[in-house]
Amino acid sequence: MKRFLKLYSIEQKLAFRSCDMLIFGVAMPVGVLILISMIAGNKMAGEGYTYLESSFASLIAVGICAAAFMGIPLIIVDYRDKKILKHFFTTPCSPMWILGSDVLCCAVNAILSAVAVSLVSVVFFGYQMRGSIPGFIGAWFLTMIAMFSIGLLMASLCKTVKAANAVTSLVYFPMLFLSGATIPYELFPEGLQKVASVLPLTQGIKLMKAVSMGIQTDSVWKIVVLLVSITVICSAISIKTFRWE
Amino acid sequence: MSACIEVNGLTKAFHGRTVVDGLSFQVQTGEVFGLLGHNGAGKSTTIDLLLGLKKADRGCGTIFGMEPGKNRKRVFERVGVQLQSSNYQNNIRVDEICEQKAALYENPADYHELLKFFSLEQFEKSQVNKLSGGERQRLSVALALINHPEIVFLDELTTGLDTAARRDVWKRLKELKEKGTTIFLTTHYMEEAESLCDRICLIKDGKKVIEGTVKEVIENSPYENLEEAYLWYMGEEVAQ
Repeated sequence: MKRFLKLYSIEQKLAFRSCDMLIFGVAMPVGVLILISMIAGNKMAGEGYTYLESSFASLIAVGICAAAFMGIPLIIVDYRDKKILKHFFTTPCSPMWILGSDVLCCAVNAILSAVAVSLVSVVFFGYQMRGSIPGFIGAWFLTMIAMFSIGLLMASLCKTVKAANAVTSLVYFPMLFLSGATIPYELFPEGLQKVASVLPLTQGIKLMKAVSMGIQTDSVWKIVVLLVSITVICSAISIKTFRWE
Repeated sequence: MSACIEVNGLTKAFHGRTVVDGLSFQVQTGEVFGLLGHNGAGKSTTIDLLLGLKKADRGCGTIFGMEPGKNRKRVFERVGVQLQSSNYQNNIRVDEICEQKAALYENPADYHELLKFFSLEQFEKSQVNKLSGGERQRLSVALALINHPEIVFLDELTTGLDTAARRDVWKRLKELKEKGTTIFLTTHYMEEAESLCDRICLIKDGKKVIEGTVKEVIENSPYENLEEAYLWYMGEEVAQ
Protein backbone atom coordinates (compact mmCIF):
# COMPACT_ATOMS: atom_id res chain seq x y z
CA MET A 1 0.00 0.00 0.00
CA LYS A 2 2.81 2.40 0.92
CA ARG A 3 4.47 1.62 -2.38
CA PHE A 4 1.26 2.20 -4.32
CA LEU A 5 0.82 5.56 -2.58
CA LYS A 6 4.37 6.54 -3.56
CA LEU A 7 3.58 5.71 -7.18
CA TYR A 8 0.30 7.59 -6.98
CA SER A 9 1.79 10.67 -5.32
CA ILE A 10 4.30 11.08 -8.15
CA GLU A 11 1.60 10.64 -10.80
CA GLN A 12 -0.53 13.21 -8.97
CA LYS A 13 2.37 15.68 -8.86
CA LEU A 14 2.82 15.24 -12.62
CA ALA A 15 -0.91 15.77 -13.18
CA PHE A 16 -0.86 19.05 -11.25
CA ARG A 17 2.36 20.11 -12.97
CA SER A 18 0.83 19.83 -16.44
CA CYS A 19 -2.05 22.19 -15.46
CA ASP A 20 -4.30 21.03 -18.35
CA MET A 21 -6.70 19.23 -16.08
CA LEU A 22 -6.85 22.08 -13.59
CA ILE A 23 -7.72 24.53 -16.38
CA PHE A 24 -10.28 22.36 -18.20
CA GLY A 25 -11.60 20.56 -15.16
CA VAL A 26 -11.61 23.17 -12.39
CA ALA A 27 -11.04 26.74 -13.61
CA MET A 28 -13.38 26.46 -16.60
CA PRO A 29 -16.57 25.36 -14.74
CA VAL A 30 -15.92 27.85 -11.93
CA GLY A 31 -15.54 30.63 -14.52
CA VAL A 32 -18.76 29.68 -16.31
CA LEU A 33 -20.55 29.41 -12.96
CA ILE A 34 -19.54 32.96 -12.06
CA LEU A 35 -20.68 34.26 -15.46
CA ILE A 36 -24.07 32.49 -15.43
CA SER A 37 -24.74 33.51 -11.85
CA MET A 38 -23.94 37.14 -12.55
CA ILE A 39 -25.95 37.26 -15.79
CA ALA A 40 -29.00 35.20 -14.92
CA GLY A 41 -28.45 33.42 -11.61
CA ASN A 42 -31.82 34.11 -10.00
CA LYS A 43 -33.96 34.22 -13.13
CA MET A 44 -36.33 31.33 -13.62
CA ALA A 45 -35.03 28.77 -16.09
CA GLY A 46 -38.06 26.49 -15.95
CA GLU A 47 -41.00 25.80 -13.72
CA GLY A 48 -39.91 26.52 -10.19
CA TYR A 49 -36.16 26.55 -10.59
CA THR A 50 -33.51 29.18 -11.35
CA TYR A 51 -30.67 29.21 -13.84
CA LEU A 52 -28.22 28.78 -10.96
CA GLU A 53 -30.06 25.68 -9.76
CA SER A 54 -30.13 24.28 -13.27
CA SER A 55 -26.50 25.10 -14.06
CA PHE A 56 -25.16 23.81 -10.76
CA ALA A 57 -25.79 20.18 -11.71
CA SER A 58 -24.30 20.73 -15.18
CA LEU A 59 -21.20 22.58 -13.99
CA ILE A 60 -20.45 20.08 -11.27
CA ALA A 61 -20.21 17.49 -14.06
CA VAL A 62 -17.60 19.40 -16.10
CA GLY A 63 -14.77 18.03 -13.94
CA ILE A 64 -16.09 14.52 -14.59
CA CYS A 65 -16.30 15.25 -18.32
CA ALA A 66 -12.70 16.53 -18.51
CA ALA A 67 -11.30 13.69 -16.41
CA ALA A 68 -13.24 10.92 -18.15
CA PHE A 69 -13.02 11.96 -21.79
CA MET A 70 -9.65 13.73 -21.87
CA GLY A 71 -7.68 12.74 -18.78
CA ILE A 72 -8.14 8.97 -18.75
CA PRO A 73 -7.90 8.09 -22.46
CA LEU A 74 -5.07 10.50 -23.26
CA ILE A 75 -2.89 9.44 -20.35
CA ILE A 76 -3.40 5.70 -20.89
CA VAL A 77 -2.80 5.85 -24.64
CA ASP A 78 0.28 8.03 -24.09
CA TYR A 79 1.73 5.60 -21.52
CA ARG A 80 1.04 2.68 -23.81
CA ASP A 81 2.76 4.49 -26.69
CA LYS A 82 5.78 5.27 -24.49
CA LYS A 83 5.99 1.61 -23.37
CA ILE A 84 5.50 2.69 -19.76
CA LEU A 85 2.76 0.09 -19.32
CA LYS A 86 4.86 -2.61 -20.99
CA HIS A 87 7.79 -1.83 -18.72
CA PHE A 88 5.63 -2.60 -15.71
CA PHE A 89 5.50 -6.21 -16.88
CA THR A 90 9.26 -6.40 -16.34
CA THR A 91 8.92 -5.46 -12.66
CA PRO A 92 7.42 -7.44 -9.78
CA CYS A 93 4.43 -5.03 -9.81
CA SER A 94 1.27 -5.23 -11.82
CA PRO A 95 0.65 -2.61 -14.54
CA MET A 96 -2.70 -2.21 -12.80
CA TRP A 97 -0.79 -0.12 -10.25
CA ILE A 98 -0.01 2.62 -12.73
CA LEU A 99 -3.46 2.44 -14.35
CA GLY A 100 -5.07 2.55 -10.93
CA SER A 101 -3.01 5.50 -9.80
CA ASP A 102 -3.83 7.47 -12.94
CA VAL A 103 -7.55 6.77 -12.68
CA LEU A 104 -7.29 7.89 -9.05
CA CYS A 105 -5.58 11.12 -10.18
CA CYS A 106 -8.45 11.80 -12.58
CA ALA A 107 -11.00 11.09 -9.85
CA VAL A 108 -9.19 13.49 -7.50
CA ASN A 109 -9.31 16.16 -10.18
CA ALA A 110 -13.05 15.65 -10.72
CA ILE A 111 -13.65 15.81 -6.96
CA LEU A 112 -11.60 19.03 -6.70
CA SER A 113 -13.71 20.51 -9.47
CA ALA A 114 -16.96 19.52 -7.74
CA VAL A 115 -15.78 20.97 -4.44
CA ALA A 116 -14.71 24.24 -6.10
CA VAL A 117 -18.04 24.62 -7.95
CA SER A 118 -20.02 23.85 -4.76
CA LEU A 119 -18.02 26.27 -2.61
CA VAL A 120 -18.33 29.15 -5.08
CA SER A 121 -22.08 28.51 -5.57
CA VAL A 122 -22.82 28.36 -1.86
CA VAL A 123 -20.45 31.05 -0.57
CA PHE A 124 -20.79 33.67 -3.29
CA PHE A 125 -24.18 33.04 -4.85
CA GLY A 126 -26.15 31.70 -1.90
CA TYR A 127 -26.94 28.36 -3.54
CA GLN A 128 -28.90 25.94 -1.39
CA MET A 129 -29.73 22.41 -2.40
CA ARG A 130 -33.37 21.49 -1.96
CA GLY A 131 -32.89 17.78 -2.39
CA SER A 132 -30.87 15.31 -0.34
CA ILE A 133 -27.14 16.02 -0.23
CA PRO A 134 -26.05 12.38 0.33
CA GLY A 135 -28.37 11.40 -2.54
CA PHE A 136 -26.74 14.04 -4.73
CA ILE A 137 -23.24 12.84 -3.82
CA GLY A 138 -24.34 9.31 -4.72
CA ALA A 139 -25.68 10.51 -8.08
CA TRP A 140 -22.43 12.40 -8.71
CA PHE A 141 -20.27 9.33 -8.02
CA LEU A 142 -22.51 7.11 -10.15
CA THR A 143 -22.16 9.60 -13.02
CA MET A 144 -18.40 9.71 -12.53
CA ILE A 145 -18.02 5.93 -12.54
CA ALA A 146 -20.19 5.57 -15.65
CA MET A 147 -18.27 8.29 -17.53
CA PHE A 148 -14.90 6.84 -16.43
CA SER A 149 -15.93 3.48 -17.85
CA ILE A 150 -16.58 5.20 -21.19
CA GLY A 151 -13.15 6.88 -20.91
CA LEU A 152 -11.51 3.50 -20.28
CA LEU A 153 -13.32 2.08 -23.29
CA MET A 154 -11.94 4.93 -25.42
CA ALA A 155 -8.44 4.13 -24.09
CA SER A 156 -8.89 0.49 -25.06
CA LEU A 157 -10.16 1.20 -28.55
CA CYS A 158 -7.70 3.95 -29.57
CA LYS A 159 -4.49 2.37 -30.80
CA THR A 160 -2.44 5.53 -31.34
CA VAL A 161 -2.02 8.89 -29.66
CA LYS A 162 -3.30 10.55 -32.83
CA ALA A 163 -6.51 8.51 -32.78
CA ALA A 164 -6.95 9.22 -29.08
CA ASN A 165 -6.60 12.96 -29.66
CA ALA A 166 -9.22 12.89 -32.39
CA VAL A 167 -11.65 10.68 -30.47
CA THR A 168 -11.35 12.62 -27.21
CA SER A 169 -12.09 15.91 -29.00
CA LEU A 170 -15.03 14.29 -30.80
CA VAL A 171 -16.48 13.06 -27.53
CA TYR A 172 -15.44 15.78 -25.09
CA PHE A 173 -16.66 18.90 -26.88
CA PRO A 174 -20.19 17.75 -27.83
CA MET A 175 -20.68 16.33 -24.33
CA LEU A 176 -19.44 19.58 -22.82
CA PHE A 177 -21.49 21.98 -24.95
CA LEU A 178 -24.68 19.95 -25.25
CA SER A 179 -24.91 18.86 -21.64
CA GLY A 180 -25.73 22.38 -20.54
CA ALA A 181 -22.38 23.02 -18.96
CA THR A 182 -21.70 26.17 -20.92
CA ILE A 183 -25.03 27.20 -22.44
CA PRO A 184 -27.97 26.40 -20.15
CA TYR A 185 -29.87 23.36 -21.46
CA GLU A 186 -33.20 25.22 -21.19
CA LEU A 187 -32.10 27.68 -23.90
CA PHE A 188 -31.63 24.94 -26.52
CA PRO A 189 -34.30 24.50 -29.21
CA GLU A 190 -36.31 21.33 -28.73
CA GLY A 191 -34.54 19.42 -31.50
CA LEU A 192 -31.14 20.06 -29.97
CA GLN A 193 -32.44 19.07 -26.55
CA LYS A 194 -33.40 15.70 -28.04
CA VAL A 195 -29.94 15.24 -29.51
CA ALA A 196 -28.34 16.23 -26.21
CA SER A 197 -30.50 13.73 -24.34
CA VAL A 198 -28.84 10.86 -26.18
CA LEU A 199 -25.47 11.73 -24.63
CA PRO A 200 -24.64 9.74 -21.50
CA LEU A 201 -23.33 12.79 -19.65
CA THR A 202 -26.64 14.62 -20.20
CA GLN A 203 -28.41 11.69 -18.53
CA GLY A 204 -26.06 11.91 -15.56
CA ILE A 205 -26.72 15.64 -15.31
CA LYS A 206 -30.49 15.07 -15.53
CA LEU A 207 -30.18 12.65 -12.63
CA MET A 208 -28.15 15.11 -10.56
CA LYS A 209 -30.60 17.93 -11.40
CA ALA A 210 -33.57 15.86 -10.29
CA VAL A 211 -31.89 14.78 -7.05
CA SER A 212 -30.59 18.27 -6.25
CA MET A 213 -34.08 19.73 -6.67
CA GLY A 214 -35.66 16.97 -4.66
CA ILE A 215 -37.70 15.58 -7.56
CA GLN A 216 -38.52 11.89 -7.19
CA THR A 217 -39.97 10.37 -10.35
CA ASP A 218 -39.70 7.06 -12.18
CA SER A 219 -37.33 8.60 -14.69
CA VAL A 220 -34.74 9.02 -11.91
CA TRP A 221 -34.56 5.25 -11.48
CA LYS A 222 -34.53 4.73 -15.23
CA ILE A 223 -31.40 6.91 -15.42
CA VAL A 224 -29.79 5.03 -12.54
CA VAL A 225 -30.37 1.75 -14.37
CA LEU A 226 -29.01 3.28 -17.59
CA LEU A 227 -25.82 4.55 -15.91
CA VAL A 228 -25.20 1.25 -14.16
CA SER A 229 -25.68 -0.57 -17.48
CA ILE A 230 -23.25 1.80 -19.21
CA THR A 231 -20.68 1.11 -16.49
CA VAL A 232 -21.05 -2.65 -16.74
CA ILE A 233 -21.02 -2.81 -20.54
CA CYS A 234 -18.20 -0.32 -21.14
CA SER A 235 -15.99 -1.80 -18.41
CA ALA A 236 -16.51 -5.30 -19.76
CA ILE A 237 -15.66 -4.31 -23.34
CA SER A 238 -12.66 -2.22 -22.30
CA ILE A 239 -11.22 -5.05 -20.19
CA LYS A 240 -11.76 -7.47 -23.08
CA THR A 241 -10.19 -5.26 -25.72
CA PHE A 242 -7.43 -3.69 -23.64
CA ARG A 243 -3.88 -3.96 -25.03
CA TRP A 244 -0.77 -3.19 -23.03
CA GLU A 245 1.16 -2.26 -26.15
CA MET B 1 29.88 -21.33 -14.24
CA SER B 2 26.21 -22.13 -14.50
CA ALA B 3 23.57 -21.00 -16.96
CA CYS B 4 21.18 -18.37 -15.62
CA ILE B 5 19.25 -17.99 -18.87
CA GLU B 6 18.21 -20.95 -21.00
CA VAL B 7 16.35 -20.72 -24.28
CA ASN B 8 15.11 -23.87 -25.99
CA GLY B 9 13.54 -24.01 -29.42
CA LEU B 10 11.84 -20.63 -29.06
CA THR B 11 9.46 -20.00 -31.97
CA LYS B 12 7.03 -17.18 -32.67
CA ALA B 13 5.07 -16.20 -35.77
CA PHE B 14 3.06 -13.02 -36.41
CA HIS B 15 0.39 -13.20 -39.11
CA GLY B 16 1.97 -16.30 -40.62
CA ARG B 17 5.48 -14.82 -40.73
CA THR B 18 7.95 -16.62 -38.47
CA VAL B 19 9.93 -13.99 -36.58
CA VAL B 20 11.76 -16.23 -34.14
CA ASP B 21 12.47 -19.71 -35.44
CA GLY B 22 13.61 -22.55 -33.18
CA LEU B 23 16.11 -20.38 -31.32
CA SER B 24 18.21 -22.02 -28.55
CA PHE B 25 21.07 -20.63 -26.48
CA GLN B 26 22.32 -20.34 -22.92
CA VAL B 27 23.76 -17.42 -20.98
CA GLN B 28 26.25 -18.17 -18.21
CA THR B 29 26.20 -16.33 -14.91
CA GLY B 30 28.52 -13.32 -14.93
CA GLU B 31 29.06 -13.04 -18.67
CA VAL B 32 28.10 -10.38 -21.17
CA PHE B 33 26.04 -12.03 -23.87
CA GLY B 34 25.21 -10.25 -27.11
CA LEU B 35 22.34 -11.10 -29.44
CA LEU B 36 23.29 -9.71 -32.85
CA GLY B 37 21.40 -9.31 -36.07
CA HIS B 38 19.97 -6.87 -38.61
CA ASN B 39 16.99 -4.68 -37.83
CA GLY B 40 13.97 -6.96 -37.89
CA ALA B 41 16.03 -10.12 -37.31
CA GLY B 42 13.92 -10.92 -34.24
CA LYS B 43 16.15 -9.59 -31.46
CA SER B 44 13.51 -7.59 -29.61
CA THR B 45 10.90 -10.32 -30.09
CA THR B 46 13.36 -12.82 -28.58
CA ILE B 47 13.71 -10.57 -25.52
CA ASP B 48 9.92 -10.16 -25.29
CA LEU B 49 9.44 -13.94 -25.44
CA LEU B 50 12.22 -14.63 -22.97
CA LEU B 51 10.79 -12.10 -20.49
CA GLY B 52 7.28 -13.49 -20.89
CA LEU B 53 5.93 -10.27 -22.45
CA LYS B 54 4.75 -12.31 -25.42
CA LYS B 55 3.69 -15.93 -25.52
CA ALA B 56 5.86 -18.26 -27.57
CA ASP B 57 4.20 -20.53 -30.13
CA ARG B 58 6.70 -23.26 -29.28
CA GLY B 59 9.69 -23.69 -27.03
CA CYS B 60 10.44 -21.74 -23.89
CA GLY B 61 12.88 -19.47 -22.16
CA THR B 62 13.75 -19.65 -18.49
CA ILE B 63 15.59 -17.27 -16.17
CA PHE B 64 17.01 -18.80 -12.97
CA GLY B 65 15.15 -21.93 -14.06
CA MET B 66 11.76 -20.19 -13.94
CA GLU B 67 9.44 -19.00 -16.68
CA PRO B 68 9.16 -15.22 -16.14
CA GLY B 69 5.57 -15.07 -17.41
CA LYS B 70 4.50 -17.48 -14.66
CA ASN B 71 6.80 -16.26 -11.86
CA ARG B 72 6.85 -12.53 -12.47
CA LYS B 73 7.28 -11.50 -8.87
CA ARG B 74 10.17 -13.84 -8.15
CA VAL B 75 12.01 -13.34 -11.42
CA PHE B 76 11.75 -9.58 -11.73
CA GLU B 77 12.93 -8.82 -8.21
CA ARG B 78 16.28 -10.17 -9.51
CA VAL B 79 16.24 -8.96 -13.12
CA GLY B 80 16.54 -5.43 -14.54
CA VAL B 81 15.18 -4.56 -17.97
CA GLN B 82 15.57 -1.70 -20.40
CA LEU B 83 13.36 -2.11 -23.47
CA GLN B 84 14.12 -0.58 -26.85
CA SER B 85 13.17 3.09 -27.37
CA SER B 86 11.27 3.49 -24.15
CA ASN B 87 10.16 6.84 -22.85
CA TYR B 88 9.05 8.42 -19.63
CA GLN B 89 6.07 10.42 -18.42
CA ASN B 90 5.86 14.07 -19.53
CA ASN B 91 7.35 16.58 -17.09
CA ILE B 92 8.82 13.90 -14.84
CA ARG B 93 12.09 14.73 -13.08
CA VAL B 94 15.08 12.42 -12.69
CA ASP B 95 14.61 12.02 -8.94
CA GLU B 96 10.89 11.32 -9.40
CA ILE B 97 11.35 8.58 -11.98
CA CYS B 98 14.00 7.01 -9.73
CA GLU B 99 11.72 7.12 -6.68
CA GLN B 100 8.83 5.72 -8.68
CA LYS B 101 10.90 2.83 -10.03
CA ALA B 102 12.37 2.15 -6.59
CA ALA B 103 8.86 1.93 -5.10
CA LEU B 104 8.21 -1.17 -7.22
CA TYR B 105 10.82 -3.33 -5.49
CA GLU B 106 11.27 -4.92 -2.07
CA ASN B 107 14.87 -3.79 -1.52
CA PRO B 108 15.74 -1.02 -3.94
CA ALA B 109 19.20 0.51 -4.23
CA ASP B 110 19.91 4.06 -3.12
CA TYR B 111 19.29 5.86 -6.39
CA HIS B 112 21.63 8.71 -5.44
CA GLU B 113 24.54 6.27 -5.63
CA LEU B 114 23.38 4.97 -8.99
CA LEU B 115 23.10 8.49 -10.37
CA LYS B 116 26.62 9.17 -9.12
CA PHE B 117 27.91 5.96 -10.72
CA PHE B 118 26.50 7.14 -14.05
CA SER B 119 27.64 10.77 -13.50
CA LEU B 120 24.09 12.03 -13.41
CA GLU B 121 23.96 13.42 -9.88
CA GLN B 122 23.88 17.04 -11.08
CA PHE B 123 20.68 16.29 -13.04
CA GLU B 124 18.72 14.96 -10.08
CA LYS B 125 16.19 17.80 -10.20
CA SER B 126 16.19 18.14 -14.02
CA GLN B 127 13.34 17.02 -16.21
CA VAL B 128 14.09 13.75 -17.97
CA ASN B 129 13.13 15.09 -21.41
CA LYS B 130 15.69 17.91 -21.07
CA LEU B 131 18.58 15.40 -20.84
CA SER B 132 20.76 14.68 -23.86
CA GLY B 133 20.50 11.32 -25.62
CA GLY B 134 23.57 9.93 -23.85
CA GLU B 135 22.45 11.15 -20.44
CA ARG B 136 19.02 9.63 -20.96
CA GLN B 137 20.50 6.27 -21.95
CA ARG B 138 22.74 6.30 -18.88
CA LEU B 139 19.65 7.08 -16.82
CA SER B 140 17.80 4.15 -18.37
CA VAL B 141 20.63 1.79 -17.38
CA ALA B 142 20.64 3.29 -13.89
CA LEU B 143 16.88 2.63 -13.66
CA ALA B 144 17.35 -0.96 -14.80
CA LEU B 145 19.81 -1.40 -11.91
CA ILE B 146 17.62 0.01 -9.17
CA ASN B 147 16.71 -3.43 -7.79
CA HIS B 148 20.35 -4.68 -7.58
CA PRO B 149 19.63 -7.12 -10.43
CA GLU B 150 21.72 -10.23 -11.03
CA ILE B 151 20.89 -10.02 -14.74
CA VAL B 152 20.21 -6.90 -16.84
CA PHE B 153 18.57 -6.92 -20.25
CA LEU B 154 19.51 -4.00 -22.46
CA ASP B 155 17.78 -3.79 -25.83
CA GLU B 156 19.64 -1.64 -28.39
CA LEU B 157 20.82 0.62 -25.69
CA THR B 158 23.24 2.71 -27.71
CA THR B 159 21.28 3.10 -30.95
CA GLY B 160 21.21 6.78 -31.90
CA LEU B 161 24.08 7.83 -29.63
CA ASP B 162 27.23 9.52 -30.90
CA THR B 163 30.56 7.74 -30.57
CA ALA B 164 31.65 9.50 -27.38
CA ALA B 165 28.34 8.89 -25.62
CA ARG B 166 28.34 5.25 -26.73
CA ARG B 167 31.85 4.64 -25.39
CA ASP B 168 30.85 6.27 -22.15
CA VAL B 169 27.95 3.82 -21.76
CA TRP B 170 30.32 0.92 -22.56
CA LYS B 171 32.69 2.01 -19.82
CA ARG B 172 29.90 1.86 -17.23
CA LEU B 173 28.73 -1.53 -18.48
CA LYS B 174 32.27 -2.92 -18.15
CA GLU B 175 32.43 -1.69 -14.57
CA LEU B 176 29.09 -3.33 -13.97
CA LYS B 177 30.36 -6.61 -15.37
CA GLU B 178 33.35 -6.48 -13.05
CA LYS B 179 30.90 -6.37 -10.17
CA GLY B 180 29.56 -9.71 -11.38
CA THR B 181 26.32 -8.65 -13.08
CA THR B 182 25.23 -10.78 -16.01
CA ILE B 183 24.42 -8.60 -19.02
CA PHE B 184 22.19 -9.63 -21.93
CA LEU B 185 22.29 -7.08 -24.71
CA THR B 186 21.15 -6.74 -28.29
CA THR B 187 22.94 -4.51 -30.74
CA HIS B 188 23.69 -4.08 -34.40
CA TYR B 189 27.00 -2.35 -33.79
CA MET B 190 29.83 -4.86 -34.21
CA GLU B 191 32.41 -2.74 -32.40
CA GLU B 192 30.05 -2.68 -29.43
CA ALA B 193 29.84 -6.47 -29.42
CA GLU B 194 33.63 -6.74 -29.80
CA SER B 195 34.30 -4.35 -26.98
CA LEU B 196 31.76 -5.69 -24.49
CA CYS B 197 30.65 -9.24 -25.14
CA ASP B 198 32.18 -12.45 -23.84
CA ARG B 199 29.98 -14.47 -26.15
CA ILE B 200 27.71 -13.55 -29.02
CA CYS B 201 24.91 -15.19 -30.94
CA LEU B 202 24.18 -14.08 -34.50
CA ILE B 203 20.62 -14.44 -35.71
CA LYS B 204 19.12 -14.02 -39.15
CA ASP B 205 15.38 -14.18 -39.86
CA GLY B 206 14.87 -15.48 -36.34
CA LYS B 207 17.28 -18.41 -36.79
CA LYS B 208 20.63 -18.87 -35.10
CA VAL B 209 23.56 -18.55 -37.52
CA ILE B 210 26.44 -19.02 -35.09
CA GLU B 211 27.15 -18.74 -31.39
CA GLY B 212 30.48 -18.44 -29.57
CA THR B 213 33.14 -16.07 -28.32
CA VAL B 214 33.94 -13.12 -30.59
CA LYS B 215 37.26 -14.85 -31.46
CA GLU B 216 35.55 -18.13 -32.36
CA VAL B 217 33.01 -16.36 -34.54
CA ILE B 218 35.74 -14.52 -36.46
CA GLU B 219 37.95 -17.62 -36.82
CA ASN B 220 35.07 -19.58 -38.23
CA SER B 221 34.80 -17.10 -41.12
CA PRO B 222 37.30 -16.21 -43.86
CA TYR B 223 37.72 -12.71 -42.42
CA GLU B 224 39.83 -10.96 -39.82
CA ASN B 225 37.38 -8.72 -38.04
CA LEU B 226 33.90 -9.09 -36.65
CA GLU B 227 32.19 -6.62 -38.97
CA GLU B 228 33.30 -8.42 -42.11
CA ALA B 229 32.68 -11.81 -40.53
CA TYR B 230 29.20 -10.68 -39.53
CA LEU B 231 28.35 -9.58 -43.07
CA TRP B 232 29.68 -12.87 -44.38
CA TYR B 233 27.48 -14.84 -41.95
CA MET B 234 24.52 -12.74 -42.94
CA GLY B 235 25.15 -13.76 -46.53
CA GLU B 236 26.02 -10.31 -47.80
CA GLU B 237 28.81 -9.07 -50.00
CA VAL B 238 31.80 -7.83 -48.07
CA ALA B 239 33.14 -4.68 -49.76
CA GLN B 240 36.89 -4.87 -50.14
